[in-house]
Amino acid sequence: MKWSEFFVTGEPLIYAADVAIVLTIIGIVFVLTYFKKWKWLWDEWLTTVDHKKIGIMYIICAVLMLFRGGVDALLMRAQLTAPNMKFLDAQHYNEIFTTHGTIMILFMAMPFIIGLMNVVVPLQIGARDVAYPYLNALSFWLFFFGAMLFNISFVIGGSPDAGWTAYFPLASNEFSPGVGNNYYAVALQISGIGTLMTGINFLVTILKMRAPGMTLMRMPMFTWTVLITCVIIIFAFPVLTVALALMTFDRLFDTQFFTMANGGMSMLWANLFWIWGHPEVYIVILPSFGIFSEIVSTFARKRLFGYKAMVGSIVGIAFLSFIVWVHHFFTMGAGPAVNSFFSITTMAIAIPTGVKVFNWLFTLRKGKIRFTTAMLWALAFIPNFVIGGVTGVMLAMAAADYQYHNSYFLIAHFHYVLIAGTVFACFAGLHYWYPKMFGHLLNERLGKWTFWLFMIGFNVCFFPMYFLGLMGMTRRMYTYSAGLGWTPLNVVATIGAALMGIGFIVLCYNIYYSARYGERDMTGDPWDGRTLEWATASPPAHYNFPITPEVTDLDAYWVMKKNGNGLEVKEEQLKPIHMPSNSGRPFLISIAFFFAGFGLVFKWFTLAIIAAIFIILGLILRSFDDDDGYYISVDEIKRTERLARKGA
Amino acid sequence: MAEAAHRYDETMPLEYRTEESRLNILGFWIFLGAEVALFATLFATYLVLFQRTGSGPTAKDLFEVKDVLIETLLLLTSSFTCGLAIFEMRRNRLSGLLTWLLVTLLLGAGFITFEIREFIHYVHEGATMQTSAFLSSFFVLVGTHGAHVSLGIGWMILIIIQLLQRGFTPRTARKVFIVSLYWHFLDVVWIFIFTLVYLTGMVI
Amino acid sequence: MKQEKQRGRKWFAWLPLSLLLLLSGCSENIAVLNPKGPVAKVQYDLIMWSIGFMLLIIAVVFVLFAVVLIRYREKPENADYEPPDEEGNTLLEIVWTAIPIIIVTVLAIPTVKATFALEKPQRHDVEPLTIHVTAANWKWIFSYPDQHIETVNYVNIPEDVPVKFKLTSVGPMNSFWVPELGGQKYAMDGMETQLILQADQPGSYMGRSANFSGKQFTHMEFEVVAQKKEDFEKWVKEVQQTAPKLTKDKYAEILKPGLVGRMTFSNTHLEWVDHAKQNSHHMNNGEHSDHHGNMENDHHEH
Repeated sequence: MKWSEFFVTGEPLIYAADVAIVLTIIGIVFVLTYFKKWKWLWDEWLTTVDHKKIGIMYIICAVLMLFRGGVDALLMRAQLTAPNMKFLDAQHYNEIFTTHGTIMILFMAMPFIIGLMNVVVPLQIGARDVAYPYLNALSFWLFFFGAMLFNISFVIGGSPDAGWTAYFPLASNEFSPGVGNNYYAVALQISGIGTLMTGINFLVTILKMRAPGMTLMRMPMFTWTVLITCVIIIFAFPVLTVALALMTFDRLFDTQFFTMANGGMSMLWANLFWIWGHPEVYIVILPSFGIFSEIVSTFARKRLFGYKAMVGSIVGIAFLSFIVWVHHFFTMGAGPAVNSFFSITTMAIAIPTGVKVFNWLFTLRKGKIRFTTAMLWALAFIPNFVIGGVTGVMLAMAAADYQYHNSYFLIAHFHYVLIAGTVFACFAGLHYWYPKMFGHLLNERLGKWTFWLFMIGFNVCFFPMYFLGLMGMTRRMYTYSAGLGWTPLNVVATIGAALMGIGFIVLCYNIYYSARYGERDMTGDPWDGRTLEWATASPPAHYNFPITPEVTDLDAYWVMKKNGNGLEVKEEQLKPIHMPSNSGRPFLISIAFFFAGFGLVFKWFTLAIIAAIFIILGLILRSFDDDDGYYISVDEIKRTERLARKGA
Repeated sequence: MAEAAHRYDETMPLEYRTEESRLNILGFWIFLGAEVALFATLFATYLVLFQRTGSGPTAKDLFEVKDVLIETLLLLTSSFTCGLAIFEMRRNRLSGLLTWLLVTLLLGAGFITFEIREFIHYVHEGATMQTSAFLSSFFVLVGTHGAHVSLGIGWMILIIIQLLQRGFTPRTARKVFIVSLYWHFLDVVWIFIFTLVYLTGMVI
Repeated sequence: MKQEKQRGRKWFAWLPLSLLLLLSGCSENIAVLNPKGPVAKVQYDLIMWSIGFMLLIIAVVFVLFAVVLIRYREKPENADYEPPDEEGNTLLEIVWTAIPIIIVTVLAIPTVKATFALEKPQRHDVEPLTIHVTAANWKWIFSYPDQHIETVNYVNIPEDVPVKFKLTSVGPMNSFWVPELGGQKYAMDGMETQLILQADQPGSYMGRSANFSGKQFTHMEFEVVAQKKEDFEKWVKEVQQTAPKLTKDKYAEILKPGLVGRMTFSNTHLEWVDHAKQNSHHMNNGEHSDHHGNMENDHHEH
């Protein structure tokens, strides 16, 4: 590789991005140095094993990635506003839709959900932390450096450009030379390992660390969905690991898995990708269902309707998610029998999902509905998701799918389920749990502005796409000619995208505004909540609960409040609390992963091997580490708790 | 209320006594579940590709019965000796544990040596990872297993050092137990490789 | 204030539905909803059948949603109201499990029927015409094996005759889609897939690749011209007599990545290569084999 190819050149947009990146880094370094925050950064964040802080870091990264993926989206919409636009060329457009898809799914939706999981699940089940706090930190930093590795591709070496699905043979060396798709293979691998470990961690946490009395059928719905999601992660992510490894071998060592010669089989990639890819969709949607369930129940002041059916339906959806992958390529000619089978399994997913929708509606019925921002997001989810869902059923009908496949109809459908499902859930969860994370509320007025701008923008942007698809517009086209009659709807879509962008800006302003002027949450329970996370202070002390709560029913905290015994701290009951120690090793090991990945991307194997040695060294040090954590004394707990209650 | 992470239970075997150990062992079982998914995917890939030999040799042309039989014997025996090591641990005999762990480790190293020899042999015959889809999937499937075994050897060495330093503690006992789970798992995977790859390959 | 928002929500909830009705009313522009052949018609009927049920579901959910939000929102009058503790209702839950099952069933049956039906010609009294379609970066090559002619980026077909398109690709996957005549299928390297289409009336129908295949993928358009039988036969004769011969060199040039215009030849490349055969790529494209050879050398140097 020549040095002139090392940095991406030639595009004014790229140079602007270069300057922006350098300025941002200088800015961050300056601020940290000027305010003497380096030690704080290291002690409080980089070495932390506290699930709440790790969750917050996940969410911060997810919001940054939402910005990056959103800018990609706006660039695409700008290019498609009018026929024959010259704003982006074909190559640039191809790179942008590839990074948009990859980032939004893997570096935005997933970490946002995992971030909320991290903050909320241990609190909801009354635990001190997750089962493996050290591993949790490692998961986060692997995700983080995987995401960073993926993101530098657009200034160093070039972005991947074969679509987020990276179908072979297009993604092979022959048709995608350059390092772009190496970035894809390696960066996703690194963050994927982190995700797999998260899956194991939370599965054990939920199975083993629930507060006394919390049987499985007394778990909050969000915890239930996370539990099932972990099972999906554990069985789906190894498939991605293998698929990416084979891709890496094909690209770096010229093996013949997916090539066109010597027996390689490109269809194998499509199968492996979607055997992971479809469950992946449920990995981001099931916890979203959980978030909506919590919020709907809280702001309707009612117990979740049909709790058992809700649990049953998520289990059903999880099971079905593994036997529908072929619907992503009915058009591959697998034969009518195979297509029919996968049509029916896919349509069957509508049954448990329908059950859930009606259960939410009946939770609202006879309730007393408060329209907070979080609730607005949860409510808007229902009609929008139903539109996405029914068009999903239409896509599931193989014979009809031949007409929708890879068209804007499909684009509209999956944005309706992923945005109205997952993104609305992320925003809902963010507004709902924000006081728990930071101790102050997000401003409701600004929150409602965000909601209406984004929600209306979303519909204006994506609803016309159903029709563009039926008109014959296919996905991933970088331009179209004037005579096709596609222009008006494309203009409308672009206006919608702009509204969503404005909504995002209002959200960012809200975060700033609320940090300065937002209402402080002194009670720890600003929404009159039902589950245990509201039973502790906002933000909770790092040990979460001074005294482990005892659970007697579903909606544990609600029942406690009704019976008049909240969790007042009786100081004579306090006992020393055991906590895990911080460690910088997860951070450092992940940096080594970053360099190993970078070496692989550029085939600089010496660098990769040196970095790998550091990784192994980190593992050995961990093996010999017999730090058992430490105890927080009763006196310190008393002091912390008195301080937290003073405001109340 | 007892502290979760340090709930100590005298009635359990040494490796299960602390809450932390119980969590770790459960977590490792789940990790093995993920490993099953990983190897299942590799097997599926192999089965899809194994007749797609392009211009390269077929499985029948290539496989050497003798090397494979020796490898199988070594690995199966090592699984047995690993079981003996756990048996000794339950009887609280450190020297017995160490001896059997060492034997396991040597057998594992023997397995790896023969596997490397086998691979070198194939490469000399012109059958490399780049030759055909069949060989790519063969080398990656069997090689992934081999890499797991190598990792297991390195891991066992670390545990032996810790046993020598610290003797029996709930922590070292748990580590021995987990590495033994891992080792038996690799043995099971090998049985599948032996039947699905080698035996099938030599027949079809 | 609250009241107003309420009305806003309700109005908004109805927006998508009314849009759908509005737009499906003026559908001349919408290719998929304007079938010009029996295959597209089968799919159109299926789509319309499903849209009916989907609109019904949307209507039920939206009405329920609006009613519940309006009736049970918090307002000054119900300040003292405390919602009841209800766990669920088995009967209701059975009902809303059963109804989706019924809907899925009534959708699944015609889906399966249509999926099988589309694999066969829609009429059996006429001998189908076979055309081999080869997708290459970034053009479509059509070979008529029985007529011994070949065209690039356009294809003429006779009306009312089922056409068996045998699809393959030199390189990345593409998808062969002519929305007015029927749904698509992938064209893949070293593989052959079959798509049967038929046009009811003479006309020009837009076709394009629906599966991303690299830089100029957007421009992988082609025109399907359906002609009266006599016109088609006349055209075939004319091509056979006047069009130039396709040589191996010329063909190699066409295959090079890039865009080309329309072309017509009086023989087909099937005479010397069929890309649908496994490994045809390797054997017939000297350029690429060299390429592979070099890479292996590169690898050894590492």
